[in-house]
Amino acid sequence: MWQPSASIPTLKARSIFLAAIRQFFASKDVWEVETPILSNNTVTDLHLDAFNTQFNFDVTGEQKSLFLQTSPEFAMKRLLAADSGAIFQITKAFRHEAAGRFHNPEFTMLEWYRPDFDDKKLMAELDELLQFTINTKPAIYLSYQQAFIDYLSFDPLATNLTELKSIITKHSTDEWLQQETKTDTLLQWLFSMKIEPLLGLHSALNASENPEKKLSSDDWTPCFIYDFPASQASLAKVSQSDSRVAHRFELYYQGVELANGFYELQDNKEQLRRFNADNALRVQAGLPAKPIDNNLLAALESGLPDCAGVAVGIDRLFMLKQNLTHINQAIAFDVSRA
Amino acid sequence: MATFSTNQFKAGLKLMIDGEPCNILENENVKPGKGQAFNRVKIRKLVSGKVIEKTFKSGESVEGADVMDIELAYLYNDGEFWHFMNNETFEQVAADEKAVVDSIKWLVENDVCTLTLWNNNPIAVTPPNFVELEITETDPGLKGDTAGTGGKPATLSTGAVVRVPLFVQTGEVIKVDTRTGDYVGRVQK
Repeated sequence: MWQPSASIPTLKARSIFLAAIRQFFASKDVWEVETPILSNNTVTDLHLDAFNTQFNFDVTGEQKSLFLQTSPEFAMKRLLAADSGAIFQITKAFRHEAAGRFHNPEFTMLEWYRPDFDDKKLMAELDELLQFTINTKPAIYLSYQQAFIDYLSFDPLATNLTELKSIITKHSTDEWLQQETKTDTLLQWLFSMKIEPLLGLHSALNASENPEKKLSSDDWTPCFIYDFPASQASLAKVSQSDSRVAHRFELYYQGVELANGFYELQDNKEQLRRFNADNALRVQAGLPAKPIDNNLLAALESGLPDCAGVAVGIDRLFMLKQNLTHINQAIAFDVSRA
Repeated sequence: MATFSTNQFKAGLKLMIDGEPCNILENENVKPGKGQAFNRVKIRKLVSGKVIEKTFKSGESVEGADVMDIELAYLYNDGEFWHFMNNETFEQVAADEKAVVDSIKWLVENDVCTLTLWNNNPIAVTPPNFVELEITETDPGLKGDTAGTGGKPATLSTGAVVRVPLFVQTGEVIKVDTRTGDYVGRVQK
């Protein structure tokens, strides 16, 4: 298995694709930065697992753990707090998860930040990038709440475990779902299994009537989901007009999650509270708490500009552009050949 | 029996699900960027033969099923059990009607079949992909038709009924694909 998992013509097309992304940002005066892939700290998310490694030559003389980044978010925010202005980065990110059709544990991420943008403005710019690089139709926009109402006929912001479980019985007899204690897990299950595969699909009804029909990219429009529940805010600001939702959005295209973005949280105290709440959830789930990134907190305290940021999975985006069926065909060597 | 984490799920893994041994046909990891990961699997229930979809929360463990496939030659039916023999060790295994029900009409003496054992008991019998059987009854058919348009039904020695071309006659031996029940050709005696 010395041979690449992608063909050479595909890898050449990838090179042109990456150049187009850089051209897009150059035309908008967003400059390219590089930040460390190895970090002293990592994210506290319950559902994100970072690789770590040992560093034997620290100035303290002690052996210490360094983490491979799950995204360049914290380091880029420190640049923003140091008055970098609008910046982007194309970098490797790592997530300790099973490889699959749409995921390789090591992957390429595009991330960018725009001072004075909110989530709405940044979604529009991401839509522009999609049209420029992979020639999509203009995206459609759907709030998280409206997506559940349209596809599953209930309001995800006014629900509870009992109602969710009774809705789920219409779709699955899996016992663990009935024993689940987190509403967010059940919402994520319904979203992943019942909504995501249909987002932006023009003939959703026809497709379910005719499952044999082969879908082509013409059948799809990119679809933004915005205003996630505040309980899934991650690093986004909670909305001032409706405290049930946060300024977080995701982008879906051809049934694949391509991007996640925030109108960024600036409050260091709120950020610390969220890190601690995440760690409490980790401990409750029997996972180790993660070290909190005090450099990020200090940068927020010093002052993060009002800004929005988004991370895009480049391997996935390129895979869809080329009509590839497996992410291994979009990268030179997948993890089994690395 | 060992348990298997969702990380070990792959096609061919045998698991106990709802008290029944099952075979994984397809496994897909579904991981929202910021959310709980799931495994979506397509499985075949090995006793009922039903194919169903299930989801698991990633990281959970499922009990494995002590299931294995062995190759045995069909011997005879005693009215209650169907008897099979290992051609090397001469060890015999008896399968009940539930295990053979889908393959009874394709069982030919001395043909090597695949028996699926669960806790050493046969739960399914799969006949060879092709069997040769004699036609016991079919209409004489129309003279001059050799193109095999449409065909006609023919009853075989095991009771199976297949569509054959019009020129094929009672008493001839034909080859049949047991996966589809389709006529393949005449066999020279």
